[in-house]
Amino acid sequence: MSGPNTNYDPVEVSALDPANVDAAVQDALSAIAAAASLDDLKAVRIAHQGEKSPLALANREIGALPPSAKAEAGKRVGQARGRVGQALTARQAELEAERDERILVEERVDVTVPALRREPGARHPIELVAQRLVDAFVGMGWEVAEGPELESEWLNFDALNLGPDHPARQMQDTFFLDPVDSGLVLRTQTSPVQIRTMLEKEPPIYIVAPGKVFRTDDLDATHTPVFHQIECLAIDKGLTMAHLRGALDAFVRIMFGEETRTRVRANYFPFTEPSMETDFLCFACHGEETWGSAEPCRTCGGSGWIELGGSGMVNRKVLRTCGIDPDVYSGFAFGLGIERALQLRHGVQGMHEIVEGDVRFSQQFGMGV
Amino acid sequence: MRMPLSWLAEYTDLAPGARGADVAASLVRVGLEEEDLHGGDITGPLVVGRVLSFELEPQKNGKTIRWCTVDVGQNGQMLTEGKHQEIVCGAHNFEVGDLVVCVLPGAVLPGGFAIAARKTYGHVSNGMICAEDEIGLGHDHEGIIVLSRLLGEEKAATVQPGDDAIALLGLGEETVETNVTPDRGYCFSVRGLAREYWHAQGSPEGGYRDPADVAAPPATAGGYPVELKENSPIDGNDGCDRYVARIVRGIDPTRPSPAWMSKRLTQMGMRPISLAVDVTNYVMLAVGQPLHAFDVDRLSGSIVVRRARVGEKLTTLDDVERTLHADDLLITDGGEQPLAIAGVMGGASSEVTDATTDVLIEAAHFDPTTVARSSRRHRLVTEASKRFERGVDPKVTAAAAQLAVDLLVEHGGGTVDDGVTDVDRTTERTAYLLDVTEPARIVGVDYPRERVVGILRDLGCRVDESGEGADETHVLVTPPSWRPDLVDAPDYAEEVARIDGYNNIPSITPTPSDGRGLTHEQKARRVVADALAGAGLTEVLSYPFVSEELADQLMLPADDDRRAAVRLANPLSEERPLLRTSVLASLVDTLRRNVARGHKDVAIYELGLVFRPGGPLGTAPIPGVAARPDAGTLEQLYAAVPAQPRRAGILATGQAEQAGWWGPGRAADWSDMVAAVQTAAAALAVPVVVANDPGHAPWHPGRCARITLADGTLVGHAGELHPKVIAALDLPARTVAAEFDVDVLVAASAEPVQARAFSTFPPAMTDIALLVATDVAAADVEAALRSGAGDSLESVVLFDVYEGERIEAGHRSLAYRLTFRAADRTLTTDEVNGFRDAAVAAAATATGAVQR
Repeated sequence: MSGPNTNYDPVEVSALDPANVDAAVQDALSAIAAAASLDDLKAVRIAHQGEKSPLALANREIGALPPSAKAEAGKRVGQARGRVGQALTARQAELEAERDERILVEERVDVTVPALRREPGARHPIELVAQRLVDAFVGMGWEVAEGPELESEWLNFDALNLGPDHPARQMQDTFFLDPVDSGLVLRTQTSPVQIRTMLEKEPPIYIVAPGKVFRTDDLDATHTPVFHQIECLAIDKGLTMAHLRGALDAFVRIMFGEETRTRVRANYFPFTEPSMETDFLCFACHGEETWGSAEPCRTCGGSGWIELGGSGMVNRKVLRTCGIDPDVYSGFAFGLGIERALQLRHGVQGMHEIVEGDVRFSQQFGMGV
Repeated sequence: MRMPLSWLAEYTDLAPGARGADVAASLVRVGLEEEDLHGGDITGPLVVGRVLSFELEPQKNGKTIRWCTVDVGQNGQMLTEGKHQEIVCGAHNFEVGDLVVCVLPGAVLPGGFAIAARKTYGHVSNGMICAEDEIGLGHDHEGIIVLSRLLGEEKAATVQPGDDAIALLGLGEETVETNVTPDRGYCFSVRGLAREYWHAQGSPEGGYRDPADVAAPPATAGGYPVELKENSPIDGNDGCDRYVARIVRGIDPTRPSPAWMSKRLTQMGMRPISLAVDVTNYVMLAVGQPLHAFDVDRLSGSIVVRRARVGEKLTTLDDVERTLHADDLLITDGGEQPLAIAGVMGGASSEVTDATTDVLIEAAHFDPTTVARSSRRHRLVTEASKRFERGVDPKVTAAAAQLAVDLLVEHGGGTVDDGVTDVDRTTERTAYLLDVTEPARIVGVDYPRERVVGILRDLGCRVDESGEGADETHVLVTPPSWRPDLVDAPDYAEEVARIDGYNNIPSITPTPSDGRGLTHEQKARRVVADALAGAGLTEVLSYPFVSEELADQLMLPADDDRRAAVRLANPLSEERPLLRTSVLASLVDTLRRNVARGHKDVAIYELGLVFRPGGPLGTAPIPGVAARPDAGTLEQLYAAVPAQPRRAGILATGQAEQAGWWGPGRAADWSDMVAAVQTAAAALAVPVVVANDPGHAPWHPGRCARITLADGTLVGHAGELHPKVIAALDLPARTVAAEFDVDVLVAASAEPVQARAFSTFPPAMTDIALLVATDVAAADVEAALRSGAGDSLESVVLFDVYEGERIEAGHRSLAYRLTFRAADRTLTTDEVNGFRDAAVAAAATATGAVQR
């Protein structure tokens, strides 16, 4: 390092010569512009901004100048270093941006290769359809009731006004248990849940009862010995068939869309009096009658309507059996097969795929329908 | 029940231009569901043909067709250039010489099938020989129609090749088939259906002509002696409360039934047999009263109606010898020889034959319950039993007998005996005091009083508006004799709604006020099902029927509760008479089916009830239904129903994770099953404990986890199946399985989770390696570490297990990472080391672990 320059001779301090300072700046700027990579730029930074760079050396000489010359020289060198510093920063940003962009390109992968390392699971659509119906009714203020599948004969038949000699009892092909006088059967309907509820709970009662039921039918395209029903029971003061119809309408709208219309007609069920059969307008052909034509509608069979299921006002005998005063309370009940709802709503053609347990069947439906 | 439109038109006026579909639609409106439409949509030529010859021609597709030459008479030959018709036929149920039904080119069959000569199986076939279903006569497609079988030999002898088969079989007119519900026995007759059709038209004045409205003579002396002996009425009802017997003598047994009658019987789906039998069937179809014809010469004493004696036998018309039951009601000859099971079927011994000249017509009224029981007991459902068990009009009896007598006299040339037997013990129905506002209250439609009364009168009820009890809102109603189902207000309300029109009922959405949503149990069950599906398992459903051998195949010990299975008295298959006691028991079939269909990687589960009586089945009482059973009886009833816990079963085979660009796959193993149960428990935030269980079938003794709640309550088991079980059930090697009690998890999650405070200070981690004997369970080591580590322990993770040369034989090294964190400060290294040493010391004491 030079000592204090007592004998001021500006000419001898060539590093501070304006031309030299400019040259150093120009050198630095060209080197910065020429730096092709962040590493190059790092070397340029050391060479032109480092402790041994021309401008740093020039800066050191300022201290030795007489006070009258210090200000001018200091300003000149400071501006020069500022220009170099700005250029470095700008180039640094440019090169970083270039690098970042390049990395993104280099890191490209093909995201269309398989990503699922484990096949996802699925719920069975029968359960999902049941949940959907249940949820809709729960949303309207109903509650869910359940009961055993192996049930007392009395609860499955007698209490429902199906005495031992009733013709309707023969229509239901029942699985009896051994010994046959055990008074136990595999329930043929979810209706015993209604009886249990009425025996255990004071009205008002608004319940929906989904569940598995059993009949001695061999498996074919339309029958299965084990299937699922969902039934609704309402017991309250002042309920009429109009309320029954209202509940049925809600039911079909939930399942088949807001536009679904119903028609009702008389039918017979021992559990109810009066009884009612409900049809809803076929959603496939929209009620076009195609009976006897060469291509009758495959969804409704050509009648334009689809049978929903039986319903009616709970028979007074049944209310009495359950200890409910039929002069105070009235109620209605209705039900339908969940398999049928699944078939209709999701275009399931036969019964086999519903019951066989082939994983492909459930997997079509995922976790909710 | 079928009904040709022409027959309907005899009893009521058809709406102008009404076709079958219109009649069916009218009947639907009043609650009679349509089953089918037959006939009416066929255009000829459809003619009778006689098979002259046929040649058997085997085909490439494995079928053998018959190349037939058929005489179709003059009419037919006009269409076949004077030759006999040549037809290809696939059926084999006919012989040369049989009379058949041929459809010829130019005809159109039901469904719009136009018939033309066409080339098939190397021949030009001029039409076809028809089966029942092809011409809308029935549903039978087993073979083609052979007229001698369809119409009876006698009738068939009167037809010629070339005769118009449309007229012969009544196909020119439409026949409506309706489904009759059990409460409408009267609709098992054209009389009843016509009445309903008339109601559907608005019951116009004079528009209904009752076929039973005939003059029948009252009982006289000199009728055939009949005795009704009742010694054990069922529910207080006599087995027979009315018996009419009429005798027609001197019938010419060679006389056939008139063509119109044969045609109608065919249209109704019945086979004409002989005049006497045809007449009884025809009258039954017309007015709903089953009749029986006895050969008078084969009777020796009076007719005695009585209950059967134990051990008594009768060979019925279907040639089956039946052992009778004390509740069976019999028609007997002189009180001894049984002639018929009343209302069900006659016996062979008194049957009318082709030599019968003197016929006794029985028109009786039998108790529905008696007939229903006999029909069920003998598995004998007949046209008669169907009607009696649904209730036959007790006032139509004499008229029905008279109609039969008239037909036998007219068409058989017989003469009727003057003596008329009519033992009548029927009682008059009593009037019901009906509140005329009740239908409105039940149905929700404001029916005026006049409307209610008007409808009831149209239905045939007697409505007394001034008798005792009648006032502005009450009337006395006596139902017609053919409506035993009309008893109280709801019955009448249904009739009013039905005739007024169900579609007039408005729709009002009910609004329950206090619904509390799903119960915890119902929600928790969904959580478990969703968690298992979320873990990659697919939900399936299986039938709960299992075989007797299954308990052995699953290697269940002799005293295992799961061997106590409920047995079905009438299983669908004798090979599967038991109900499952575990879900796995039926789920194995589903796994096998999936594997058989080529799915190599299968992971399935099912949530369902299992049947666990825990011993012999109890007996559930059958109380009366007149009132609520008493508390004790209900308790007995509920207690007799065996326990049915809800369990989840899981099975997996093949890869749990697939091989792919990321590397190799991973086979499903025991740990996936333990994890599945833990996943279900975690979904409900229920802590569970896993232990090795070397002795639980059907699992591998060395690869079975017993999973319990913290308090020791058993949740279930998980692991790999026993190799012998896998072999016995023909499952893929290394199949893994789990089964757990969903109810236990659900109950354990009932209380709301209480949140723990957690520390925001930094954690301190320290790793240890412990040398333990191989028979020490990792779960025990972890429990000991936890117990010794103190309150600051946050987690213990087993991150490596090593067994091999570098350590002592019979031992393994377990590497744990312990994480500590204090609630109120950053822990020092000394503190952490102290906790670690205490944890290791506890593990050493409990399991003999040595720190490496």
